[in-house]
Order: sequence, then C-alpha cells, then structure tokens
Amino acid sequence: MTFRKYLVLGGVTLFAAIGDTLLARGMKQVGNISLHSLPDIVLAVLNPWVALGILFLLGFFAAYMTALSWADLTYVLPATSLGYVLLALIAKFFLHEQVTTTRWLGIGLISAGVGFVTQGPALTRHPYHHQPDAEAERVGTRAEP
Amino acid sequence: MKHAYTWGAILAVVLASASGDVLLSRAMKKVGDVGALWRHSGLLTVAGRILSRPSFLLGIFMMAASFFSLLFALSWGDVSLVAPASASLTFVANAVAAKIFLHERVDHRRWIAALLVAGGVVLLAA
Repeated sequence: MTFRKYLVLGGVTLFAAIGDTLLARGMKQVGNISLHSLPDIVLAVLNPWVALGILFLLGFFAAYMTALSWADLTYVLPATSLGYVLLALIAKFFLHEQVTTTRWLGIGLISAGVGFVTQGPALTRHPYHHQPDAEAERVGTRAEP
Repeated sequence: MKHAYTWGAILAVVLASASGDVLLSRAMKKVGDVGALWRHSGLLTVAGRILSRPSFLLGIFMMAASFFSLLFALSWGDVSLVAPASASLTFVANAVAAKIFLHERVDHRRWIAALLVAGGVVLLAA
C-alpha cells in the first residue's frame, strides 16, 4: 500500500459521504416524488445540489473502481466505511442533529472495524496470481481464461 | 404482510448489491491496476478496457437493480429499518460472496471487521 493508494481510499470515503449529503439536501428541496409521476425524477437533476451530488458520486465511483483494481473487495468495503462516521459528524456539525450515545457507540464499532482490516494485507495473493503491478504491464497480451 | 414485503425487498437489495460488488470487483481485477495502466497506455485505453468487460456492465446492472429494490423497500418500510438493515446485511453478504466467488482470503481479521462495521451501522441508525 502506497500513499497514493491510501489517498484513493480516502477519496472513496469522502466523495460518497459528501455526495450523499448533497443529494439529501437537494432532494429535500425538490420534495416528494410519487410513483405515479416518476418522470419528475429527471427534473430533480436540475436542482444544483442534486447535480453537484451526482458529480461527487461519479467521483466516488471512479475512485471505488480504481481501489477495486488493486485491492480485495473485503478490504475496500470496511476500509471505506468511515464514510458512515463522516455522515454522522456532518449531521452533527452542519445540520445540527443530535448524536446520541448509541450513535457514538456505532461510530466506535465502525472505526474499530476499519482499524482491524487496514492492519492486514490489501490483496489476496493467489499462487497462480502475480503482482497486479507486474500484471498490468502485460495485460494486453494476456490470454483471458 | 407488509413486514414480509419489506424484508423481501431488503433481501433483494442485499443480494443485488452483493452480486453487483462481486461482479465489479472481478471486472476490475481482470483489468488490473488502473493507475499503472493509465500511466502506461492512457486514459482512453483504461476506459475501453473497463467498459468492454461484460462483468462490469452486468455489475452496473445489478447495482441499478439494488437501487430500485431499495426504493421499493423504502416505500413499504421505515427508513430507520430499511437503510441500516440493508447496509449492514450487505457487508456480511459481501464477505461471504467474496470468499466463495472471488476466492479472497477472508481471515479472522476481515470477518471481525465486517461484523464490527455491520454492527456499527445498525447502532448508527438506532
């Protein structure tokens, strides 16, 4: 794991939390959309908060795909779950919601989980699998199974 | 009856989202390190490699399916049940699916991490 890779994991976490927050804020402004007028959901994109939220979620997806290209799924998911903690903190400090003791406990559990998984290796090395970095160099000539 | 619908929809969210994650992860492992590939042959090659993988497209489709199942679940059940239940069950389902289908080595450390995060998500919504 290099510094650049930790940066990508941080991007996954940040972009998801910020994107969700922006979407939630925008959709509150747009109001309820009933199942009978589903096309209205297209108009929701015109809301600037929603549009910005979608932009951030696209960034999240790009970072997530990058992370999955060199790390295990069971590493990336817990490692980026700090986003839940971030959402709770955003709710407390920006939306002035109350964070209860139970929630702090939840934040503690998630942080412990993140600490656990990032102590270990990021990628399973299969005996028939080579280093992904070396593999990427000759990916064009490799025969697909 | 409404309860059964809600849990059915939550189950659909979990299954669709876990299979989507597994498919996307498999696709990206086949593509290889995106950073190295980008430096080596440019962004267009990277995009082409990713978009031409059937498992990537199927993964996107499953993600969309999970999103719409979530909408259905939310229309039947409370958000305070649906959101944490589907999120935390997805963490556990992903660990199982990654072990079976991606042959990742899910050791004690990763099991504990998945369960801690799943439990934490439930508490956050409590």
